[in-house]
Amino acid sequence: MDPRLELRNICKRYPGVVANDGISLTVKPGEIHAILGENGAGKSTLMKIIYGATHADDGDIVCDGQLIETHSPSLSRSLGIEMVYQHFALFESVSVVENIALSVREKYDIPALSRKVTEVSERYGLPLDPRRLVHHLSVGERQRVEIVRCLMQKPKLLILDEPTSVLTPQAVRKLFDTLRHLASEGCSILYISHKLDEVQELCDVATVLRNGTVTGTANPKESTSAELARMMVGSEIPETHLDPSVPSADPVLSISTLSASAPDVFGVDLKDINLDVHGGEIVGIAGVAGNGQAELISLVSGERSDHATDAIRLCGTPTGGKSAGERRALGLAFVPEERLGRGAVPTHDLGDNAALTAHREGMVAHGLLNRRKARQFAEKVIERFGVKATGPSTIAQSLSGGNLQKFIVGREIELHPKAILVAQPTWGVDVGAAAFIRQTLIDLSRAGVAVLIISEELEELFEICDRLHVIADGRLSGALNRSEMTMESVGLLMTGRDRNSNGSYDHALSD
Amino acid sequence: MRFQIERRSQPSAVMRFAAPVVATVLTLAAGSLLFAFLGHDPIDTLYAFFISPLSTMNGLSEWILKASPLILIGCGLAIGFRANVWNIGAEGQLVVGAIAATGVGLFVSLPTGLLLPVMVLAGMVAGMAWAAIAAFLRARMNTNEILVTLMLTYIASFLLSYLVHGPWRDPDGFNYPQTALLPVEAMFAPFDYAYRVNTSVFLTVVAVLAMWLFTERSFLGYKMSVGGAAPQAARYAGFKQSSSIWMGLLISGAVAGIAGMAEAAGPLGQLSAQISPGYGFAAIIVAFIGRLHAFGIVLGGLLLSLLYIGGEGVQMDLGLPAALTRIFQGLLLFFLLAADFLIFYRIRVIRRTH
Repeated sequence: MDPRLELRNICKRYPGVVANDGISLTVKPGEIHAILGENGAGKSTLMKIIYGATHADDGDIVCDGQLIETHSPSLSRSLGIEMVYQHFALFESVSVVENIALSVREKYDIPALSRKVTEVSERYGLPLDPRRLVHHLSVGERQRVEIVRCLMQKPKLLILDEPTSVLTPQAVRKLFDTLRHLASEGCSILYISHKLDEVQELCDVATVLRNGTVTGTANPKESTSAELARMMVGSEIPETHLDPSVPSADPVLSISTLSASAPDVFGVDLKDINLDVHGGEIVGIAGVAGNGQAELISLVSGERSDHATDAIRLCGTPTGGKSAGERRALGLAFVPEERLGRGAVPTHDLGDNAALTAHREGMVAHGLLNRRKARQFAEKVIERFGVKATGPSTIAQSLSGGNLQKFIVGREIELHPKAILVAQPTWGVDVGAAAFIRQTLIDLSRAGVAVLIISEELEELFEICDRLHVIADGRLSGALNRSEMTMESVGLLMTGRDRNSNGSYDHALSD
Repeated sequence: MRFQIERRSQPSAVMRFAAPVVATVLTLAAGSLLFAFLGHDPIDTLYAFFISPLSTMNGLSEWILKASPLILIGCGLAIGFRANVWNIGAEGQLVVGAIAATGVGLFVSLPTGLLLPVMVLAGMVAGMAWAAIAAFLRARMNTNEILVTLMLTYIASFLLSYLVHGPWRDPDGFNYPQTALLPVEAMFAPFDYAYRVNTSVFLTVVAVLAMWLFTERSFLGYKMSVGGAAPQAARYAGFKQSSSIWMGLLISGAVAGIAGMAEAAGPLGQLSAQISPGYGFAAIIVAFIGRLHAFGIVLGGLLLSLLYIGGEGVQMDLGLPAALTRIFQGLLLFFLLAADFLIFYRIRVIRRTH
């Protein structure tokens, strides 16, 4: 039998970077095949080439024994290749079935299509109401729409790009059941991920990529995590070291009964949020993206301060009506999730980017910005935090994600804050830099700073947090201490099952 | 085989400065072809266009005279453009500046030494006020300032037309649509009465230096450049977006108003229906030729001014059509933008190997 898909020597170059360099792999019918690699290893580029959304510079794609000459997404779909992107392509203001109708090529009528959607979604355990408007759906439900949309075409090869990054642990398990069901019917699945445990649980074969080349093929069920990680990273992963915390008596950052309506219709209302972060401890907030994190962050940072509320206090001072700059003057530092365009100005050099928040450190006199001091500050950050950059004249957007993150984290730490808010500290950062950033945050907290981390990576939060909250649908759970942090407990809270209780964790478990 | 446009990983620093030169050379080459096509010797025509205007004192005087308002307005506009505030209506702000200043010069009696400064102030305030309408609408109601400033230009020119045809028309002016002449003390003194270039160029020199200080050294200029390049980063840093809008529009409005005042109180000496040959619009080109940089704008203004007077020269000497000046400006902008694009992007030819 011909393989479902065969790639021979696929090459793709972008200016300054080789995304794929001679990649070959074979996917059998009914096989769940993992493409494992770190961010930037070339996984997403490879998938776009397979789907025809991007063209390879060189190499062959063979599908069911047939060489694909000129590739395109529409050819893919006629061959039975379907793809679920990491970022969904749905129209938010129309219903589920209308979104699905857009990708149906035969003649259809909406009621009949609705019945078919319900039928497919039930068969694969992906419950979905076809009449609901997409903007009412949670991120997990939106992903179901995308998957059902693919399944309607009876695919022979389904590509999923990091599908679990938006799901709770329980929803991940359900998704895996669906995928196994699909594979048992003969559909091949290409599963892109950087999460070792998921690949080991689900996949039959794993092709590991690093820097655009295949570094190995393995049976993930028989390989150890360490073996796979070594193929992915190329070296041993450094471990972080966590001393017990000595929290300060009074909280440095304190949020009490904060409620706020969403700034726009697609946002999340925050409901009765209570949170204390003491000096010397790391408090984490876990949760699936889009459950109120962005709204909470912008209210704490002061980027959105139209809410003249005193619910947020910094070192005992109410922050109602205070701007982001005034909160920094009170001792708050902030590392946002978006590095380029929010944490740093992409087209400015590192010296100017140092001045973005460090201008308060004596860089401004008589209305003039002292660029020499800004450059010195940038040099200090580059040196102390091991940023790989030629110097303060390096343009921010030319740095890799991990290096820019090191620079931003370093800049904020060098402001000697009393409290620091960090969103997605290691998103898209390579393993070495991620370990360094985590250790830096631990050291900072042990030096007496209050550290608040908002992340979607549960392993990361478990590794470094002294206490952990979970946010779901704009509500924050009570705090879990280190012994209470388990996948099971956090997963339940992520589904928001305790929404009718007072937010305590016991209720969630007994629910 | 197909063509693909892709971003360069490292834009060449040399090309960033060479691009305006390359664009100018290409403009000259394309212009030569055009002249040859029209049956004129390209070398002679280019000489008449670019060299002969600068070979007489009067030509030099006119060159500086026309470059001055272009540079002045270009500096103001560039400050806004750097912050993504698009004032397209400097022409209108110039017109109201000229109106206000002439009004003061003709109808307000002030001590001799005070009259000219008050006129500068009046022109500045009027230009600012005109731009403030757009700033208010943008900051409060998120109206597009491109449309508002542009439409206000037409209102300004009709206001001017009404005044010079109606209440302000010179009773002794044989019914021409113009006001009475300004008194001598309400005018900038020429350096030499044989030529038109006058002391108002000092205003431009001050503006260029002030702009350099503002954009390269001041914290306010830094904040505006952050707001223009990355609005979210500005919010993150705690810089107010609305102040960028106000600053960008008020500064550009103020200098356009001053430029209008300097036209009325300089070469024209009165208000007429044609107060400006489109300086407010041409200054947009000047700002971009100068890469939104103070000293670049000086060069851009001198170049565009030369195109104006060279264009007049070839019309008179060689009988070439007036549209040629416009075509030349257009060619220059086209090549400049194309060169600019190719600094950051390249075109790649892709051949499939099968």
